[in-house]
Amino acid sequence: MDPDCSTFFCQAWTARWSLLEGLMVTISSSIMTIVIGTVLGFVVGLILTYGMLPLRLLARLYVDVMRGIPVLVLILFTYYGLAILKIGVKPYWAGVIALSLFCVSHVAENVRGAVQSIPQGQHEAGMAIGMRFFQRLRWIILPQAVRRALPPWVNTALEIVKGTTLLSVIGVVELLLASQQAIARNYMILQFYMAATIVYIIINFSIAQAAAALERRYAYLRY
Amino acid sequence: MIAYNFNWAVIWRNWDAFLGALALGLGLAVVSLVIGTIIGLFLAYARLSPSPWISRPAWAYVEFIRNTPLLLLIFFVYFGLPEIGIYNLDKIQSFILTLSGYAAAYMCEVFRAGLASMPRAYGEAAKAIGLRPWQRQRHVVLPVMFRITLPAVSNNLISLFKDTSLAAAIAVPELTFTARQINANTYRVIECWLTASALYLVTAYAIAIALRQVEKRYAVVR
Repeated sequence: MDPDCSTFFCQAWTARWSLLEGLMVTISSSIMTIVIGTVLGFVVGLILTYGMLPLRLLARLYVDVMRGIPVLVLILFTYYGLAILKIGVKPYWAGVIALSLFCVSHVAENVRGAVQSIPQGQHEAGMAIGMRFFQRLRWIILPQAVRRALPPWVNTALEIVKGTTLLSVIGVVELLLASQQAIARNYMILQFYMAATIVYIIINFSIAQAAAALERRYAYLRY
Repeated sequence: MIAYNFNWAVIWRNWDAFLGALALGLGLAVVSLVIGTIIGLFLAYARLSPSPWISRPAWAYVEFIRNTPLLLLIFFVYFGLPEIGIYNLDKIQSFILTLSGYAAAYMCEVFRAGLASMPRAYGEAAKAIGLRPWQRQRHVVLPVMFRITLPAVSNNLISLFKDTSLAAAIAVPELTFTARQINANTYRVIECWLTASALYLVTAYAIAIALRQVEKRYAVVR
């Protein structure tokens, strides 16, 4: 190690671009996964609640299988599996696909729970004033269900941010692997891991705070 | 058309390795759950303590653990402990330490909710028949609290079991690590990962079904 650069801050400054790049990969893969997972998960969640029986069973099977397999296994399976099937994707995309598969199942389960928690009377009231199924969904059920699905959705989002660390196992240089690469150069194990930890905590706290603000803003009952 | 020829012979040849690895993962999860339950119970009482000097550190610990990726914690403990002079932990012990500390934070939240949901009358009734504070907890509050929180505890056990897959990152020879090794040795990619996934899935649901029976047996009738 360079004797002129033996402090943590100097080492961190030297590694700043690779660390920042790692942070960007963490953030972009999180956003990508959460967006894909939320959109598809929403659809799968509605299928779980209102789909035709065969479709519903299929969705149920998918969700239960995904929830029973560790994310790391999903990631490794996707990564090696796509490679052996000669589908050339970068590790980053293999990871995003695997995390999205996981995210979809969790969001779907959240959406199903939220939609089913809306009392049947709401549906019936909509029917009574002559609304069609999609109108009832759009104007009565979903506005309420989305608000109830928000807190578990935030938990899922936090899981995903934390889950992106697993991409380091297949060689995606996200924040954790970037920190490890810095550590490999200077052996400042505690300092760099602590710094990474603080960054993750900041990210997660910001998401939680933003979600809490959103919840307050759109609550029907203001406390 | 994608051509892939399955060859399951590789899996049968390594079947014992798969099962042994699965058993190791299950063992890691159970040990961590037990240690995590004990620490988590203390943390839950600490968080409910009226003194901020006790409740704040417990809160900080729980939030720290819950907002940090498990993989980072695993590396932190595994590579970090030797830095502060603790050399005598092997990778399995180090992983158990991490997963227990991780489980403790989650169990703390479970028990805190459980203790908060206890009807106040229980404690008062126990007081009325002259039980001391410790006796009230030991004979009245805790037995009911454990029954209330049993479903959440079994969910945690299943999550912990799935989380043992991360031990592969520090080369603990559990199921994910073994599958990856057999995958590398034999190049039977799909078979390996299908087997590993199926084993995780079946075990997770077996735990769920078994614990559902326990929950039914000990359910609190209200």
